[in-house]
Amino acid sequence: MTAVLEVRDLQVRFSTPDGEVSAVNGVSFDVNESECVGIVGESGSGKSQLFMAVMGLLAKNGRALGSAKYRGTELVGMPVRDLNKIRGNKLAMIFQDSMTSLTPHLRIGRQMTEVLIEHQGMSEADARIRALDMLNLVRIPEAARRLTQYPHELSGGMRQRIMIAMALLCEPDMLIADEPTTALDVTVQAQILDLMADLKRATKAAIVLITHDLGTVAGLCDKVQVMYGGRFMETGDVRQIFYNPQHPYTRGLLSSMPRLTEDRQETLYAIPGQPPNLQRLPAGCPFQERCTFVHQRCIDELPLLQQAGPGQFKACHLASLDVPVDDPNRAAIPAGELPPVIPHTATGDARTA
Amino acid sequence: MLSYAVRRLLEAIPTLLVIVALSFFLMHAAPGGPFDSERVLPPEIEANLKAAYNLDKPVWQQFVIYLGNALQGNFGPSFTYKDFGVSELIGTGFPVSMRLGLTAILLAVLVGCTLGILAAMRQNTRTDYSIMGFAMIGITIPNFVMAPLLTLIFGIYLGLLPVAGLGDGGMRNLVLPVVALALPQIAIISRLTRGGMVEVLRSNFVRTAHAKGLPERLIIWRHTLRAALLPVVSYLGPAIAGLVTGSVVIEQIFGLPGIGRYFVQGAINRDYTLVMGTVITYGTLIVLMNLLVDLVYGLLDPRVRYD
Repeated sequence: MTAVLEVRDLQVRFSTPDGEVSAVNGVSFDVNESECVGIVGESGSGKSQLFMAVMGLLAKNGRALGSAKYRGTELVGMPVRDLNKIRGNKLAMIFQDSMTSLTPHLRIGRQMTEVLIEHQGMSEADARIRALDMLNLVRIPEAARRLTQYPHELSGGMRQRIMIAMALLCEPDMLIADEPTTALDVTVQAQILDLMADLKRATKAAIVLITHDLGTVAGLCDKVQVMYGGRFMETGDVRQIFYNPQHPYTRGLLSSMPRLTEDRQETLYAIPGQPPNLQRLPAGCPFQERCTFVHQRCIDELPLLQQAGPGQFKACHLASLDVPVDDPNRAAIPAGELPPVIPHTATGDARTA
Repeated sequence: MLSYAVRRLLEAIPTLLVIVALSFFLMHAAPGGPFDSERVLPPEIEANLKAAYNLDKPVWQQFVIYLGNALQGNFGPSFTYKDFGVSELIGTGFPVSMRLGLTAILLAVLVGCTLGILAAMRQNTRTDYSIMGFAMIGITIPNFVMAPLLTLIFGIYLGLLPVAGLGDGGMRNLVLPVVALALPQIAIISRLTRGGMVEVLRSNFVRTAHAKGLPERLIIWRHTLRAALLPVVSYLGPAIAGLVTGSVVIEQIFGLPGIGRYFVQGAINRDYTLVMGTVITYGTLIVLMNLLVDLVYGLLDPRVRYD
């Protein structure tokens, strides 16, 4: 498998009037060809900013450190002129709010054709034909008419389809979808996810799905990377993560998902506390304040990603989660039985700190 | 859109009526009258004068008479400019003021927008700070300081341009007044443009445009500018109406026969008909310009609907 994107020790920092905020604190991973990776985390976990950095879309006060390579070409620090040959062409990104993410005063046709004219030097007429094909591919009814319409004349689901079609125009190697269904109705969400699942089969593009919705990930992704406090907490095969979560945070996330089978009288579980302040991250594990398994080592020492199962990695000192919470000895559980920290693989990297 | 424009024009009629009525009664409520000069007139003469101008009748009757005449296009004689009708005064002065004002606003839009875009693109750099500093100076220096200063430098010291008058009516004579008139407008427009640009450049659709790999030039011209200019357009409506009806200070300093002075002199002299004439001119222009602004809004933003 060839990696489309190789990220190594990527950090994102924002300088604010109140000091420096570290949104992403050294993450490393690969995205391989045709692979679908889910990036899961709460608001403020750094999941969006991680890919904004990859695409060179950070706000003016933000900067990226470390490395992110597209097929061997370094993207971090690349001049915008060169970056513009890759983004929208080889790496495409779609955003959460399709209403504000499409230019309100330009017709759909113009917004789509300009991508092809810019990247592939197509003529206006050829670009229109290609745009029309794309709209049909994302199953937009009356595609020809849509080209002459403005974004506000379309429904939210339709706009998101157009965003997807627009991103796929140049047959990118990778599509980054930043919460593509968050602003949509539940039924429309399902349609968009169906569409993405179809596109995953129909195109060769790798897909990165950024979301806080584990359900979305389960249906679509091959791999999952759980983010918290700007770091990966757990990474692995989607089944492993869902059926055998090894990190207390992943387990907390899974427990806080509503299930249809559950007793409705029961209050939905929520992880206690708030995400950490990214301006003053604790020295040890970022999840320490909210973790029911916390012990001294978590406060003193930052856990690195280590193998927790076949193709599964976690950043946690605990050997196992199968310990009663009220066990007086839990703080003393050694983590030494774990396999040794392993070097970088396709899913994770030990050099996170 | 056409029916919208027609409807707006019809709506303008009651608006103008209210403006006319308000200024008429306010004007007459103000103490003094057109013939209260320092020299006291014999009572008989004053009574005759008042009768000639219908000033002896109750104010509401005067209003009805005035309105009747005005609707027939007769805005009456001026009280102070003897032998001149109000239509005549405004008719000869307005073209001068309009030419001056339109040239100034054109210059202000061109320069102001360019500076504003530059400042926004180089936000928080030296370019930005110098442009905004210049704009701040432009807004704070009053035109009665700026105009003589310009005259002094370009007219007297450098001797490049005529200091006053219309001359042969060529553009040369208008350069200094136009620049003096345009400078504060340039300042305001550049600030508005910068503000609009900065806001739109932060918007999600500009982020999308960047993600699409579009070059900066295309992002600015196609994706940003139209949305960013909305505040400038709404400012321009009343600004154009204000500028083409002349500036007392500028027309006075450069000795130009525009209508700016009538606004002030008419009010001071209680020249009722002249005041009404200027009010109607200005009011009509404001109404028309605001309609124009709303129509331009529709061109800039397809979400604007006319119904």
